[in-house]
Amino acid sequence: MTVLLLVLPLLGCLAVLGLPPKRAAAFGVAVTSATLATALLMAATFDYHRSGFAQFSVNAPWIPLIDLRIHLGVDGISLPLVVLTALLCALCAGYLARPSGQPERPRALVALLLLTEVGMLGTFVALNLLLFFVFFEVVLVPMYAVIAGWGGQRRAAAARQFILYTLLGSGVLLVGLLLLYSRTSTMDMVVLVGRAGTGLSHGVQVLGFLLIAGGLAVKVPVWPLHSWLPDAHTQAPTVGSVLLAGVLLKMGTYGMVRIAVPMLPEGAVALAPALGALGVAGIVYAALACLAQRDLKRLIAFSSVGHMGFVLLGIATLTPVGINAALLGNIAHGLITGLLFFLVGGIAQRYGSTDIDRIGGGLLAKAPRLGSLLVFAAVASLGLPGLAGFWGEMLAMLSAFRPAGGLNPALYLVFLAVAGLGTVLTAAYFLVMLRRVAQGVVPPRWTAERFGDVTAREWVAWTPLLVLVLAIGLWPRIVLGVTDGAVRVLLRGG
Amino acid sequence: MSGFFSQAQQLQAPDVAYQAVLPMLLVLGAACVSVLFEAFLPRERRWGWQVALTVVTLAGAAISLIVYGNDAPKAGVKTFSDVLTIDRPTLFLWGTLLLLAFGAVLLIADRSVEPGGAFVAQAAIRPGTLQDRVQAAKVGMQTEVFPLTLFALGGMMVFCAANDLLTMFVALEVLSLPLYLMAGLARRRRLLSQEAAVKYFLLGAFASAFFLYGIALLYGYAGSVKLADIATAAAGTNRSDTLLFAGMGLLVVGLLFKASVGPFHTWTPDVYQGSPTPVTAFMAACTKVAAFGGILRVLMGAFASTNWEWRGVLWGVAIASMAIGAVLGLTQTDVKRMIAYSSVAHAGFLLVGSIALTSKGVSGTLFYLLAYGLTTVATFGIVSLVRDADGEASHLSQWAGLAKRSPIVAGVFTFLLLALAGIPLTSGFVGKFVVFSAALQSGMAPLVVVALVFSAVAAFFYLRVIVLMYFSEPAADGPTVTVPGAFTTMAITIGALATLVLGVFPSFALDWAGAGGFTF
Repeated sequence: MTVLLLVLPLLGCLAVLGLPPKRAAAFGVAVTSATLATALLMAATFDYHRSGFAQFSVNAPWIPLIDLRIHLGVDGISLPLVVLTALLCALCAGYLARPSGQPERPRALVALLLLTEVGMLGTFVALNLLLFFVFFEVVLVPMYAVIAGWGGQRRAAAARQFILYTLLGSGVLLVGLLLLYSRTSTMDMVVLVGRAGTGLSHGVQVLGFLLIAGGLAVKVPVWPLHSWLPDAHTQAPTVGSVLLAGVLLKMGTYGMVRIAVPMLPEGAVALAPALGALGVAGIVYAALACLAQRDLKRLIAFSSVGHMGFVLLGIATLTPVGINAALLGNIAHGLITGLLFFLVGGIAQRYGSTDIDRIGGGLLAKAPRLGSLLVFAAVASLGLPGLAGFWGEMLAMLSAFRPAGGLNPALYLVFLAVAGLGTVLTAAYFLVMLRRVAQGVVPPRWTAERFGDVTAREWVAWTPLLVLVLAIGLWPRIVLGVTDGAVRVLLRGG
Repeated sequence: MSGFFSQAQQLQAPDVAYQAVLPMLLVLGAACVSVLFEAFLPRERRWGWQVALTVVTLAGAAISLIVYGNDAPKAGVKTFSDVLTIDRPTLFLWGTLLLLAFGAVLLIADRSVEPGGAFVAQAAIRPGTLQDRVQAAKVGMQTEVFPLTLFALGGMMVFCAANDLLTMFVALEVLSLPLYLMAGLARRRRLLSQEAAVKYFLLGAFASAFFLYGIALLYGYAGSVKLADIATAAAGTNRSDTLLFAGMGLLVVGLLFKASVGPFHTWTPDVYQGSPTPVTAFMAACTKVAAFGGILRVLMGAFASTNWEWRGVLWGVAIASMAIGAVLGLTQTDVKRMIAYSSVAHAGFLLVGSIALTSKGVSGTLFYLLAYGLTTVATFGIVSLVRDADGEASHLSQWAGLAKRSPIVAGVFTFLLLALAGIPLTSGFVGKFVVFSAALQSGMAPLVVVALVFSAVAAFFYLRVIVLMYFSEPAADGPTVTVPGAFTTMAITIGALATLVLGVFPSFALDWAGAGGFTF
C-alpha cells in the first residue's frame, strides 16, 4: 500500500502530460483523491497498538553498491504527516480545478503538483537514509518551478533564493548522511535508530548532528536561515504557499525527529540547547516581524517561522512530551496555515490584493462568512485553547519546564519564559491583523464592488481543514495517541 | 665487442597480447585506412565510406572489447614490453571511450541539421574572402574529420593504458594534434573557430612542454619513466625530493590542462564555443575520460606513497576548479560557454574522486566519467539543433521560451541539465554520490562539504536555463529548432536514455567500474 501511495501520483504526473489542458485540473483532483483515499485506508487499517513500528513495509534492493534500498514503511510519526500531505494535495488540486481562475498552463502545474506530492509522501515513508534524501531532493525542483512559473511579480528572485538556500541545505544534509554512512556502513534507518549511536564517537555524533540538523534547519526554517521563506511564500501561487507552509516545512522537523535526534543522541544532547535557543529566538523575531507586516501573505509566512520555533523548542527538550508536542505542532500548523493561505487566496481573488491597507477592513461586513473563517483560522493560529494550535505550543512549553537529563534546566526555563513572551506577541499581531482586515467599516472604494461570500466549492475545500482544526483542538489524542508510541520507541533506541 | 653482441642476443621482439589490445589496434588501423580513403576515393563518395568505416570500426572494437573483457584475467595484462597495461580500469575506460566516440561520431556525421554537415568544405580558404562565400553556399564537407577523430580516439585509448610516462606523452600528442585541427573546421563563424584552434594549439603546446619537462625531471629522480619504478624510488630513498615534486607538479599540470581542471582551464570556454558543436561534444566527453584515466593511473601508480606531500595542493586545485566553474558559469550568456564552465566544475568534482586514492575512489571516478560523458554528448547534440539564419543560436537569450516552440527538445534538455546539476534519479546524482562518499571515506570531509556547496551553486545556473526555456516569452525573431536527422536523434536518444538508466538502475555499471583495480 505504501508503494501505491507513491506510484499513484507518479503515474498521474506522467499521464497528465498526455491529456488535453482543459481536463488536466479535473484529472489532478482524481489522482490526488485516489492518493488521499489510499492514505485514509492506511490510517484505517493501521495497527495502533504497534504504532512504534513501521507497518506496510516494503524492503527491496535498488542499488546495492551504494546501499540504496526501496525501504518504505509507515509508523506513528509518519502516518499523521502522510494523511496531512495527501489531504492538502487533494485540496490544492481541487483549488486548481475551480471554474473561476483556471491557472495558465494547467497541465504543467498539475504535473508539478503531483511530482511534489510524490516527493513529499516519499520523504515521510522512506526508511533508508539515501532514499529519504532522494525524495527530499525530488520536492525541490518542481517547487522551484511552481514559484518561478506561476508566482507573483517578483517570483524570479524569490524562486532563486528558495532554490539556492534549499540546495545548499540539502548539500550539507547529504554530507551529514554520508558521514553517518561512512561510520556505520548502513543506510537502514530502522537499524540506525536501533543502535542509537552506539559505536559512534562523541565527536562524530556532534559533527553529524550539526551537519544533518543544520541541513534540515534551512527547510524548517530555523532563524536566522529563514530569509528565503517570506519571499517564497509571498510570491508563490496559493497552491504553492499551502504546500510550502503545510508540508515542506514539516520535512525539516520530521527529519530532525526521525534521523538527527534518535541516531545521534550524544550529538543531540550537545547541540539541543543551541537548537532551542534558535527556536525561541525565531518565535520572538517572527512575532516582531509580523507586527510590522503590511501584506497578509507575508504576515502568515513570518508567522510560520514562529510556529516552527515552538516545534524546535519541543524537539530541543529531547523528551517524549516535547517531541510529541513538536509532531502535534507540525500537524496543527500544517492544517491552520494551509487554511490561512487558502483564505488569503480567496481574499486576494476578491480584492485583487493581499495588502492590508488596500483591503482596509470591513471584511466581516462585506463577506461575513469569509471574515468569520479568517477570524477562526487566526485565533487557531495564535493558540486559543480548544483549537489545534494550542496543544503543540502548550506542550512544547510544558516540556521545556523539565528537559531531558544532561540538559541545563535553568537554560530551558529561560527558553520557556521567552517563548511565553512570544505567545503574547503572537496573539498581538494576529489580533492587530484581524482588527485591520476583518473589523471596521467597509472602505468606500469597496462598497460599490460586489463579490460573493464563500462559495459552495470553497466550503467543500475548507471544511475538512476546519473540522480537523476543531477536532484536534478538542481531542488532541487523535494525533498524540498515534505518535506517542513511535516517539517512545525512537527515544529508547528501537 | 663481445659484450655488445651478448646484449644483442638478449634483445627479443616483445610479446604482444593481441587479443587484449585488439580494440586499440582496430581503431588505429582504421584511422590509417581512413586516410587512404581520403587519398583515393572520389570526393562525393568519401562521406558514405568514411561513416561506414568509422561506425563499423567502433562496433568491431566494442565487440572485441566485450569478448576479451568477459574472460580477461582479473590482475590485468601487461604487453608491448610492459608499456601498456590492460587492466580492469583500462577496459572500462576503453568501453567508455568507444561508446562516447560513437555518440560523437553520430553527431559529426549528421548532414541534415546543417545542410552538408557542420564542417567546412575547404578549411584552407581564408574566412571572409570571395572563395569563402562561394564555398559557404556549397554543401560539401571536410571528411578529413573522420580519420582525425579515429586518430584522436586511438591516442586516447593508448593514453588510458600507458604504463610509462614516455608512452603517455606520445599518446598525448596523438590525441591532441587531431583535436587542434578539428577545432578549426567549423562551417559557420569560421574566424571564431580558427581562433579556437590557434588558442587550443598554443596552450596545448605549452601544456605538452610542461608534461615533457616533468617527465625529464622524474627520469632524473628515478632513473626510469615507468610508473612502478617511480613509485619504488619514491617509497624509500634519500634522493632529492625537489626533483620528484617539481617533476610531478609539471607532469600534473599537463594532465590537468587536458582535463580542463581550473585554473588550467582558460582554453576551455573559447575552444568549446568556437569549435564545431559535434567536435566540442567529442572533446568534452572523450578528452575528459582519457585525461582523468591518465590522472588516476599516474597518481595511483607513481605517487600514491607520497600523497601526504601533494594531496593538499590538489585539494586546492579541486576547490579552485569547482569555484571557477560554478561562479563564472553563473555569468555566462552563451550556452556553449556555460557548458564549458560546467565542465570545469565537473572536472573539480572528478578530481575529488581521483585524489581519494582508494579503489572506491577509482570506481566512483570511472562511473562519473561514463555518466558525465554520455550526458554531455546528448547536451551538445541538443545545442546543435537550436538554430537561426546564422547557424547555431547559442546565446542564452535566444533560448527563451523554447519550450513553447519545441516541448520535446526542451524537455530532454531539461532532463540533461538536471543530470548535470546532480539531481536524484539522474546519472549525475549517482556519480556525485559515489565520488563524494569515496572521498569522505578517505578522510576528505571538508573537501566534500566545499564540493557540495559548489554543486548547489552550479545547480542554480542549470535551473536558470530551465526557467528561461519554460517561463520566458519567446523572442519574436527567435531561433527555430531543427528537426534532427537520424544520426543526431540517435546520439541524443542514447545519451538521454543512458542518463536515465544510469540514474535509476546504475548497479551494472557500478559493478563494472568496481570490477578491479589498477595493475602497474
